[in-house]
Parts: sequence; C-alpha cells; structure tokens
Amino acid sequence: MQGNIKEKAGMLFVSCMCAIMLSPAWALASEAVEMAQVPAAGDPGWWKWPVILLFVTFVMGIIAVLGGVGGGVLFVPIIGGFFPFHLDFVRGAGLLVALCGSLAAGPGLLKANLASLRLALPVALIASTMAIIGAMVGLALPTHIVQLALGGTILGIVAIMLTAKKSTVPVVPQADALSTALRITGVFYEPTSKEEINWKIHRTIPGLLTFIIIGFMAGMFGLGAGWANVPVLNLMMGAPLKISVATSKFLLSITDTSAAWIYLNKGCLIPMIVVPSLIGIMLGSFVGVRLLKVAKPTFIRWMVIVILLFAGLKAVQKGLSTMGINLSSLF
Amino acid sequence: MSHHNTQATEEQVQYAAILEKGMFAGLALMIIAFALYVLGVLPPVVPLNEISTYWSTPVHDYLVAINTNFLHWDHLPTGWSWMHLLGYGDFLNFLPVAILSGVTILCYIVITPGLFARKDKAMAFMAMAEAVILTLAASGVLSVSGH
Repeated sequence: MQGNIKEKAGMLFVSCMCAIMLSPAWALASEAVEMAQVPAAGDPGWWKWPVILLFVTFVMGIIAVLGGVGGGVLFVPIIGGFFPFHLDFVRGAGLLVALCGSLAAGPGLLKANLASLRLALPVALIASTMAIIGAMVGLALPTHIVQLALGGTILGIVAIMLTAKKSTVPVVPQADALSTALRITGVFYEPTSKEEINWKIHRTIPGLLTFIIIGFMAGMFGLGAGWANVPVLNLMMGAPLKISVATSKFLLSITDTSAAWIYLNKGCLIPMIVVPSLIGIMLGSFVGVRLLKVAKPTFIRWMVIVILLFAGLKAVQKGLSTMGINLSSLF
Repeated sequence: MSHHNTQATEEQVQYAAILEKGMFAGLALMIIAFALYVLGVLPPVVPLNEISTYWSTPVHDYLVAINTNFLHWDHLPTGWSWMHLLGYGDFLNFLPVAILSGVTILCYIVITPGLFARKDKAMAFMAMAEAVILTLAASGVLSVSGH
C-alpha cells in the first residue's frame, strides 16, 4: 500500500517535471528573449536564467537517469532551444555536462571491470580525433546550419531510440583477427545468472569506422554520444550490454575531453551557464537514482522520446527561421 | 564465498585511480571557484549584472565585446590566455574545467610505460597517440576561425 503511494507520488513528480519541460511556455520564453534582445547595460534580473537553468538541469538529471540516456543529449537541444544562451556556449557546456557525468562514473566502472580500457583505447583514439575535427567544424559553421544539423541529429536519435534493440549477451561465434591481436576480451560476473561471462568482439573494423561519424557528431554538437556508442558496441561489435553501457560511459570522458579543449581554447565557456548546469544535472542524477526504484522505465523512456522530438523540431525551426523560413506558428 | 576471476587489469586500475583523483580535485575546485565568483570575493572581468548582455551572442562577438569593454588587450582572450586572468572570479572557473579536461591526458601518460614494459606494444602506441592528440587539442594549436 505504502509502496503504491510512493510509486504514484514518484510518477506524479516525474510527470509534472516532464510536463513542465514540454510546456510551450519554454518556447515562448526563448522567443521573448529573442525579441527583446539583450539589455543595453546592467540587467538586475540577470540571475533569473541561471536559477531557471539550475532547476531545469536538475529535472533533466532525474529524467536522464530514469530514461537511461546521458545528460548531454538532453542538455544541448533543450537548453539551446529554449534558453537565451547562444548555441556556442550551450555546446561547450553540454560537453562539460557529459564529461563530468562520465568522469564521475568512469573510475568505478573501470575498477569493477565493467568498462574495458582495452576496448575503449582504439575506439577512443578514433572518436576523440574526430570529435576535435567536429568541434572545429561546428565552431566554424554558421549557427543556423549547426542548429539545423542538430535538429536533424536529434530527430535521428529519436528514430534510433524507437527502433534500436539490445542484446544482453550477443552471440559472437569467433573473435575477428584485429580484436584477437589487440586482445580485446574480458570476463565479468553476472549476478542475475550467477555466472562468469567471457566476452569477445567481432566486426572490429566496421565498428571502429562507425566511430568516425559518432566522434564527429559528439564534437560538433556537444551531445555526448552514449546514444550511438551503446548500439555500435553492443549490436555491431558484439560486446555484452553491460560492458557496452559501461565502456560507452567511460569513453565519453575521452571523446568529450578532446572536444572540450577546443571549446575551452575558443573561449566558449561562461561559468554562469556551466556551473549551475553541472550542479543541477548532478543533483538531479542523485534524486533520479533514488526514484529509479518507483518509476516505470517504459513510461519515462517515452517521455524522453517526446521531449527529444519536441526539442529536435524546435532546433530545426530555429535554424529555418534564421534562413527566413518561419515555422514558429507550429511551435 | 566464491571468487570471481573478474579483476581489472593493472593499467585499468591505475587509470581509474588517477581519473578519480582528478575528478574530485576538479569538482571541488569548481565549487570553490564558483563560490568566490558569485559571492564577489574575487571581482569578475564581466560584472555579474552585465553577463546577460553577452551570453546570447556568438562566441567571437562575445570575445570581441569583452575585450573592447573590459580587457583592452591587443588580442582576443582565447587559448591559454585565461591563465593571465585567474585573479578574476569568472576566469578562475576555467582552471577546474582545465583540470577536468586534462586529467585524461595524465592517465594516458602514466599507463603508457607499463604497457610497454608488459610488451603490450599495440595498446602502448595507441595510448601514446591518444596522449599526443589530447595534448595537441589542449595546446590551442588547433585554432579555428569563428563564424
């Protein structure tokens, strides 16, 4: 009975948070700021946006944990679409959000041998190189082009989330030559089945080549890339789901580091945007982990998909409106 | 109690230990630096009540504006030039971000000799290459023209 009340309260809270984030009021807020432009000097109400940012990223942290996605993938489209901050600063902050989440989880995952350094090394080499190039391209392109591409990417992520399957322990009949030579293999203990699972991978070359695209997009949009890392490591290369998720999380600490340096050197860092975002996401993640016991993952996952769909369409709309194509009546 | 042969490799544990220390140091310093900034203990380059004037502009315009209005340098404050501004609350926050972004480079540098010693040459070369790439990104050599 008590559990039922807790469950309902938890669901109500998450639903309210999602409803707030989906509210057209956010769209109106960003439009209002665009129209009003910025004050000529000294805005006494400057603190409102960082406070709202702290609240929204707190909610985002909860939803990210419950929806099983990284904070970065929610951060960039939502903050970029509905806040007055320029996309350059949002992407820089998004990378740091994803980076800090990864740094916080990485050491534990490595020590538990769930994240594999041997699997991550070749992947990271390719992904981080491409993330640097992606970051440079993203900063050189006109904002509306990046905004449009971001919208398209977010809609693509929605499609992946709707269609991608997962395999707990994929069947890998034989490790390929490259992974054998690099000794990319491992063993982990699965408590549900109470057995040690030896794993190996295959299709290493196609998998590594895919990370050219993933790394580029991670750097260009500051999204983090767990949404793409996991399906490639799990479904294409055949790593068990737990190893794929953990290695992906750890991998972001390398991929996002490389791109973060480009944004840092370029000056895309406004502490008043970055620090409240990091604090909000981290606090939200702590609460999210506690709510995980009572929330219904399927419901939350659908909420995340709807939020991303809305944010993706908003990014497309913003990109098109800069080009003189006005779709604002749609949102 | 059964023993499971699932221990992480030596270099993996070493990597994790450094990453953990760097992460804690960076996050702790970030909270301290932000507190010093927001509480006005250290004066910022851009006054707090004017920050909203700049955060909606592209980064190049933002850098030009803060240079024109506050810094008056003969170059824009890009690359590592924030090091000269660590006495200011807002730019002090660049330091923890640099630590958080730089700890991975240190991890790679530390594990590389061990990989060579264990004759794990392919992985050692990859770790070395990664350290070089990340250092190159951190150096600011890879500059990009703004839009």
